[in-house]
Amino acid sequence: MSSVARFWRKIPQRYNLVGTRCATCGRYFFPPRNLCPDCRRAGKIVEHRFAGTGTVVTYTVIRTASEQFEQMTPYVLAVVQLDEGPRFTAQLVCRPEEARIGLRVRPVFRRISADGESGVIHYGTKFAPGTP
Amino acid sequence: MRDVAVIGIGCTPFGEKWGSSFRDLFVQAGTMALEDAGVAGEEIGAMYVGNMSAGRFIEQEHVGALIADYAGLATAHIPSTRVEAACASGGLSFRQAFIAVASGLEEIVVAAGVEKMTDVGTGVSVDALAGAADREWEGFVGATFPGLYAMIATDYMNRYPLTREQLAQVAVKNHYNGARNPIAQFSQEITIETVLSSSLVADPLRLFDCSPITDGAAAVVLAPLERAREYTDTPVRVLASAQASDTIALHDRRDISTLDATVAAGKRAFEMAQLSPRDIDLVEVHDCFTIAEICAIEDLGFCRKGEAGRLTEEGVTALGGDLPVNTSGGLKACGHPVGATGIKQVCEVVQQLRGEAGRRQVDGARIGMTHNVGGTGATVAVHILGV
Ligand SMILES: [Zn+2]
Repeated sequence: MSSVARFWRKIPQRYNLVGTRCATCGRYFFPPRNLCPDCRRAGKIVEHRFAGTGTVVTYTVIRTASEQFEQMTPYVLAVVQLDEGPRFTAQLVCRPEEARIGLRVRPVFRRISADGESGVIHYGTKFAPGTP
Repeated sequence: MRDVAVIGIGCTPFGEKWGSSFRDLFVQAGTMALEDAGVAGEEIGAMYVGNMSAGRFIEQEHVGALIADYAGLATAHIPSTRVEAACASGGLSFRQAFIAVASGLEEIVVAAGVEKMTDVGTGVSVDALAGAADREWEGFVGATFPGLYAMIATDYMNRYPLTREQLAQVAVKNHYNGARNPIAQFSQEITIETVLSSSLVADPLRLFDCSPITDGAAAVVLAPLERAREYTDTPVRVLASAQASDTIALHDRRDISTLDATVAAGKRAFEMAQLSPRDIDLVEVHDCFTIAEICAIEDLGFCRKGEAGRLTEEGVTALGGDLPVNTSGGLKACGHPVGATGIKQVCEVVQQLRGEAGRRQVDGARIGMTHNVGGTGATVAVHILGV
């Protein structure tokens, strides 16, 4: 369902964890935002590349997925908090029983999904236990 | 602003309705509501219809006009508006109709909700429902809708004393209630063992923690309170209407296990009605998953964070308890045709306040509440009704 253009537009962010930072208040954003919710028009948004080290906030093991992800089940899905502060959703590259709240993780480049209809394979960042 | 009353309700049976189309369903619900209100079609001033995703489920958009047309109102040229807020579409449709009447702009207004979900396969419906969350940053990486609520459950169970059995009891209670509701999708009672032995969908949630895929429609008729008795002997007054938003993605919330939009909408509703949680005789909450009912009871202010599991286990939220929750069977057992759910909740509360709920009647119910959630909590609508 994700069109090619829609995916390519986000390649720098998805491949390299490029987000943004508000120079006015210092808050970091990933997924990137172009408007700081705290400063709004007074905010000054600049690009920021995240180191990618973070901690698992919560997680689940997906057993029933949509068609694009069916072949990958079961897979671990988590909310990861980057060390700079922002939280986002990502898959963990680990066995279900390894997942736990507080687990330290590092980014790895992986295949995210295969779009059955178009045959397009999407890549992006997943997270593995440990530090780089 | 003037006072508003519900003067008629109608709801189709919920379930996998292979024989009924999208049009069949809303015409059935709308006709029932108009008959119940004793309102003629030409008296209707405006319509609102809650619908999440006819585009994905039946490849039909522009359903506001479609509904007015098949309700036989095309030649009356009344304004008919589709309202979309994922699973909260129905609650917002009701709120829009309330505002139209309360403002004095309209007299008789229909608020409806409809979803026809079973014409597509499970993969497509799972994907369509994932659109209720952040498609770009949740759905893209493989987050399913049950998966997001499962992450709420993981966080909640790590921080508060909720046992897997207490969570299962939510589904057991709602199936008990659903077995006493003739329109419910599931009419069989279940046990904790039924839940715990069902297959894992997204840990720790199992199949029986999840609401089903459902076809159905519901409609209600609203009128100014001062005119309500022209139509019915049992008008039900709308005491409060509140709505709140939050971040679209779960990961951006202040607290994973608290739906701040529920907290905000609940507070606003109690303020508007000048009531407190103690005044509520029954509440229909948005139990798309068992963990969602636990969070809702707490976030609406009925108890402190971390207590809802124990209250559920002790039967406080059961029929006959101090605060019956989801007497209709909830989304879990009554079914969850997403756009219709918020309107069905109003139908249930109206039935209860009229004393027409049969085997699931809450004795002496005078004030009821509805709580309808879009996505994982990005939109919440709360209404309080009373007689
Ligand atoms: Zn800022």
